[in-house]
Formats: sequence, C-alpha cells, structure tokens
Amino acid sequence: MRRLLNARPRGGGRLLLGLLPIAILVLLYLVASQARHAENPRDKILPTPAAMAQSMEIMALQEDPRTGEIPLVADTQASLTRLGIAMGAAALTTLVLGLSIGLLPYARAGLGPLVATISVIPPIAILPILFIVFGLGETSKIVLIFIGITPFMVRDLASHVGAIPEEQIVKAQTLGASTWLVALKVALPQAMPRLIDSVRFSLGPAWVFLISAEAIASDVGLGYRIFLVRRYLAMDIILPYVVWISLLAVVIDLLLLAWSRTAFRWAHTPGGRR
Amino acid sequence: MTPVLSFRDVWVEYGDHVVLEKVNLEVAKGAFVSIVGPSGAGKSTFLRLALGQEAPSRGSILLDGATLPPEPGPDRGVVFQRYSVFPHMSVLENVMFGARCEQAPLTGLLVGATRRQARADAVAILQQVGLGAALKAFPRALSGGMQQRLAIAQALITRPRILLLDEPFGALDPGVRLDMHELITGLWREHGLTILMVTHDIKEAFKLGTRVIAVDKRRHDPHAPHRYGSTAVYDFPLDDKRKTAIPKEIAAMTSGA
Repeated sequence: MRRLLNARPRGGGRLLLGLLPIAILVLLYLVASQARHAENPRDKILPTPAAMAQSMEIMALQEDPRTGEIPLVADTQASLTRLGIAMGAAALTTLVLGLSIGLLPYARAGLGPLVATISVIPPIAILPILFIVFGLGETSKIVLIFIGITPFMVRDLASHVGAIPEEQIVKAQTLGASTWLVALKVALPQAMPRLIDSVRFSLGPAWVFLISAEAIASDVGLGYRIFLVRRYLAMDIILPYVVWISLLAVVIDLLLLAWSRTAFRWAHTPGGRR
Repeated sequence: MTPVLSFRDVWVEYGDHVVLEKVNLEVAKGAFVSIVGPSGAGKSTFLRLALGQEAPSRGSILLDGATLPPEPGPDRGVVFQRYSVFPHMSVLENVMFGARCEQAPLTGLLVGATRRQARADAVAILQQVGLGAALKAFPRALSGGMQQRLAIAQALITRPRILLLDEPFGALDPGVRLDMHELITGLWREHGLTILMVTHDIKEAFKLGTRVIAVDKRRHDPHAPHRYGSTAVYDFPLDDKRKTAIPKEIAAMTSGA
C-alpha cells in the first residue's frame, strides 16, 4: 500500500475531485433552500435558483425607469472604471518607485522608510480623511484603492528588483550600460512579470476597498447595489451579484496571466539553472 | 610599454580587517594571468578591484596608465561563475546588448544599418563560440557550459582592454571544462586578448596562464589573524614548455583549498 502522500490523482479523476466539493456545496444550498421554502413559500434568506434568475432578469435586461440605465451594466461599468484607474495608477507608481528603490541606493535610503510607514496604515482607517479631502465623488474611492495596494506592491517589486544578481548589473555596466539603460533594459523587463503577478494578488484587496468605499458613499456600483438591496433582504439579487463579482475577478486574473505568459515567455519557461 | 593593468602598493582594509596588503602587480598586454590561492585569501578581491566594484583603501590601480574609474565600464569585460547573462534576452540579444549601449544610450534601440551591423557582429562571435545554432534560445534553455560560452561572447563584443574571469569554469562538469579551456585559449590567441583569471583549480591556472600568481598571507599572527592581509607571494612567468610542472610550494599551498 502506497503512502497517502505519494498517491496522486490523474487526468479526469483530478478534475472530478476538484468539482466534487463545489457540487456538494451547491447541492447543500438547494436542499436547504427547498426546506425553507417548504416551510415558508415567501422565504427571502435562501432564494431558489428560479427566483434569482427572475430578479437578475430585471437587473440585467431591463432599464431602470428612474435612471434609464440597465442596473447591472451601469454598476459593472462604474466599478470596473474605478478599479481600472486605481490599478493602472498603482501599477505605474509601483514601476517607477519599485525600480528606483530596487536599483538606486539613494532612492532606497530616501524612500524606503516612507513606503514602509505608509504600508502599515490600515487604508480603511483613512477613508474618512479621503472623503473629507476629496469629497464623496469618484476620486476618494480611487484613492482608497490606490493607497490600499500601492505600498505593498512597491515593496514587493523593490525587493524583487533588488534581488537581481549583482553579477548581471555589473555585467551590464561592463557592456557600457548607463544607470538608465540598466533600468530600462535589464531591470524593467525582469520586473514586468513580477509586477503583473503583484497586480493579480492585489486585485483581492482592491475589490475589498472598492466595495467598502461604494458601500459607504456612492450612487452606482456593484458594492453600492448589494448594500442597497440588503435593506430589503434581497438575497435573490445579492447572491447573483457576488457570483458576478467573483466571475469578473477570475476573468481579470486570467487575462493578466495570459498577458504575462505571451509577453514574457522567458519568465514562464520551466528549466534548471539559468 | 605601458602595462594594461597595474596595481601599485594596493591595500584593502575593512575596519581593522586587512584583506590585501602591499600588492604590486603589472599585467602586460597579451598576457593570460591566472590568480590562485586558498579560499578566503582575497583572490576575488583582486577582480572586484579591477572591475571597480571596490576601491582600494590605499594605493592606486591604473588601466593603460590612467587611474581606474571607480565603477565598472566597457574597457573591462567580465565573466562570472554564474548569473552573467540576462535571462530575459535571447542568445542573440544578450550579445547585441553591448552595441545597443554604445550606439543608442537613450533608447537602447538600434535601427537600419547599425542594427544589421550589430547583428552580424553578434552572429559572427556566437558562431566562434559554438552558439551559432542557438541564436533565438533563452539562456534558461542552455546548459551551464553553453551559458558560459554566451557570457564570453557577450563580453568580447565590446573589445575590452582586459577580460576578467571569476572562476569562469568552476560550476562546469570536467568534460565541459576541457572544451571551455580550448575555447578560451583559442579566443585569447585569435583576438590577442589580455586576460586576468581567478581560479581555485591549480591545474587550470597552469594550463591556461602565461603567468601564475599565487595569493596568500605572507605573515600570520595566530592571535589576530585578520591583522595581516594577503599579497602576491609567488609569481611564475610560464612559457609553453614549463607549463606541465607545478611548483611544489604552490601545490602545497592550495592543496587544502
């Protein structure tokens, strides 16, 4: 008998094994929902799939008579715009600061402590400050996401760039590279796959900050909507919205991974020593 | 004739720890100088000094009679034991990097005739080191010996005044190492290179070098071993015929290393 830690699932079995827990969870939900509805046909806590589909039809296909927009489309657009601008600004800032701190001893000495200090501030705690300074509009939400994720990303990228072997940096200099060219041609391309990874990992916290900000002060957005309909115990809208948000997160993650794999193939080829 | 590289009364100290003391050394053009010595004797410090990665605490280092700038530059090529090629560039790109730096210091981009020339030069040197068939490969796909061939080609493309080798074959299998010996000797003759090589392999030092320098402490204080630094204790000029016999004192010195 082989040890358990040496037994490996293969091919189809592996896929089946992965789907099993998900199927069990879905089944449990259906059973529980059924049970509650048997007792009380107007139960709102565990809506049936049919009820969810019906509510989403209203949210995703019909215009809101007040605004003239389809709620799901408007919410998605608003949230993704906020998220996109914040992530873009964070990635750009990370690239500039991370490369500088990772490569230049003067930048490390000057900016390292500042970034380290900012990264320990809990972002939600300064949300009131952001609302006071930037108002309740788009800016404060975008800035919250930006402040929430950038310090971590900068530190991650700086340590990655700092870990480029000194031999490479010296070699580049013996080939005539200036500080600028070392940054542009040696450090930047090697930093990019890590930056994309870092954006992927930061998307989780970014969604948290986005939904928090939307929950507190907004009039459109995915987070705004689920906190709005919570007042009516509208689980038939909240649950599909959560699924939709998760789906968006997965798709963004896969797109970033695909970009990294095609644009930086060298970083993804497995292989022994370099 | 002015020596290519000279160390004049060079000391390297960290606080009260003396690494090198009173080093005087001149490397003539066309020489292949091997530096040997026990581990921790400061062999690599020689190379760090020549590269400009480190400055001497006292004394001076001259390149072609002029004071060495205190940072690495294109007049000195280098091949390290590992990590001296760029993992994100193809073989061809790795070798063309020198031309990019020289001719496009702002953008690193080459166009038209300059690009074609740089490419042709790179292909020529790559064929010489036996990588003509792997132009598009990434370093990760190459064996250790191939990566070192690439590192050598990359260093030669800028025509450095002196080529510095830091244990260049130390991580390679014995068979591959023999091939590399042949390669470096051939390149040295053909291009008229001046080479300074640090190695812990005494046989390699004598086989390749035209001159072997042994680095060790001349004096030793058992109560404060860090107070005396290493210096060149033996200096053997070699001609081809004397290469076979390794002097006893050197063999004894490095046998423990």
